[in-house]
Amino acid sequence: MSQRIFALLVAFVVLVTLPYWMAGVYYVNVASQILFYAIFAIGLNVLAGYGGLVSLGHAGLFGVTAYATGYMLQLGFGHTVSIIAALIVGLIAMAIYALLSLRSTGIGFIMITLALGEILWGLAYRWISLTGGDNGLSVKTRPEPFGFPLADANTFYYATLVVFLLSLAAMTIFVRSPLGAALMGTRDQPRRMTTLGYHVWAIRFYACIFSGLLTAVSAVLFVYYTQFISPQTLALTSSAEVLLMVISGGAGTLLGPIVGSALVVVVKTVVSGYIERWNFLLGAIFVAIVILMPEGLVPGSVRLWRMAWRKRERRASTLPGGAEANP
Amino acid sequence: MSALTVTNLCKSFGGLHVTTNVNLNVEPGERRLIIGPNGAGKTTLFNLITGELTPDSGSIELLGQDITRVPSRRRAHLGMARTYQIITLFGRDTIIHNVTLALLGLSSARWNPLIDLKRQGHFVEHAQAALERVGLGNIANRPLGQTSYGERRRVEIAMALTQNPKVLLLDEPFAGLSIDERRDVHQLLLAIPRDVTIVMIEHNMDVALEFAERITLLHFGEVIVEGNRAEVVADPRTREVYLGH
Repeated sequence: MSQRIFALLVAFVVLVTLPYWMAGVYYVNVASQILFYAIFAIGLNVLAGYGGLVSLGHAGLFGVTAYATGYMLQLGFGHTVSIIAALIVGLIAMAIYALLSLRSTGIGFIMITLALGEILWGLAYRWISLTGGDNGLSVKTRPEPFGFPLADANTFYYATLVVFLLSLAAMTIFVRSPLGAALMGTRDQPRRMTTLGYHVWAIRFYACIFSGLLTAVSAVLFVYYTQFISPQTLALTSSAEVLLMVISGGAGTLLGPIVGSALVVVVKTVVSGYIERWNFLLGAIFVAIVILMPEGLVPGSVRLWRMAWRKRERRASTLPGGAEANP
Repeated sequence: MSALTVTNLCKSFGGLHVTTNVNLNVEPGERRLIIGPNGAGKTTLFNLITGELTPDSGSIELLGQDITRVPSRRRAHLGMARTYQIITLFGRDTIIHNVTLALLGLSSARWNPLIDLKRQGHFVEHAQAALERVGLGNIANRPLGQTSYGERRRVEIAMALTQNPKVLLLDEPFAGLSIDERRDVHQLLLAIPRDVTIVMIEHNMDVALEFAERITLLHFGEVIVEGNRAEVVADPRTREVYLGH
């Protein structure tokens, strides 16, 4: 237990001091990307990992919030108003998603969310008066909360870090709460949960809303980071990518989506600078994960670590023990 | 007022009539046994009573209240609990977490996203007490995956009992148990106080006959014979469809 707290403390110190030892602004920006994609992945993990509801349309929700932010800013609203409005738009979109897709589970849920995501992607392409079509929308400025200009890479990183830590804390509290336990119950035995007195649909609906909130928050960070939003962000590949973050890191774990996000972002941005076929590399890594640790990197590493630890302990106990066995 | 009244209940799947004009009247505190050959519609009747299936016609009353249109989850809040023939538990969690989920289901705290469930002392105590009652107190924190079949049967019963039901529906509680385990579960069922009404489906006649006061025999979805133990056993139709010659 103390070992765990120590590890988390080290991770925290590493994250807080990151801009001071990182090799340059470029890498600080990579770290910012990892963090806001991690929030996105944590949001999807609420459904895919803890709820057993795999969504392939989350990029659509992400995109709607990002477009809403850009559009509000273009209309001349301030940052605060735009952000709040965008979050509300994101939540409404999620509520509509949930009302339509929670009619089913399993493959049905996947296909309905996929279809909804594709509809939003199509709208982003075709509703040119609103979205600018292929040209996308650009966001001219970043906000300056409490007088800290986020235009600076380091300040933006810290703002993202704060939001990330808050999101992770919210997720941790949720997972340990009765509602979180109920959500996991509906994942494993929905029928039993109903006869125990739970409203399975409502539990799933609330989980969707929580997932939508985290998705929307990450989308706002994304749109301020890139200062640009185009239909590509809503494409199916984006939905698949964040789902892969969740699955490769470990669905249904707190830290898994963060590790998954780090893996995908690093390969996509850093490694792609050296290897042209980075998509191939990412695919190979995913195949390796599926073969070697199908439960994901975080639970898989924990398992290997425990196995190694036990083997070491056994060796330590059998070596002198072997001598005692023959007195 | 009866604990459970089923009136003219019908259910068919396509052309197959699985429940045909079933009438059932169970008095408070009664121990009722439902028997019948495979495919007689016993579990379907339970699913209709708990609301997991919707009847085509007929009505169901729980303690004088018509619950025919009441959703399944509300019936739990009105005092109905069941166990499953095919064990239906939360396999990734510990034994005590399974029982805690049963407790939480009837508590308004189930909607709370902010408190730490493991630190809710009253849930832990109640769940532990329920496990002591079924003799699993010493392995409460064992993952369910590491328990035996007989222990899981008892977890099922503990989950149902911890909800303090007024009507308890037991679907083959002795199925798949060894003789020793059967005796344990039997003792457990005998210890349930009389303010709980029990309706039980069971094939294992030696234990079940001893337990039940009244017996209902189902055959092809219809009630063929109903009466007290001696009447049903003596009835020629029971011999014909169930006990054999």
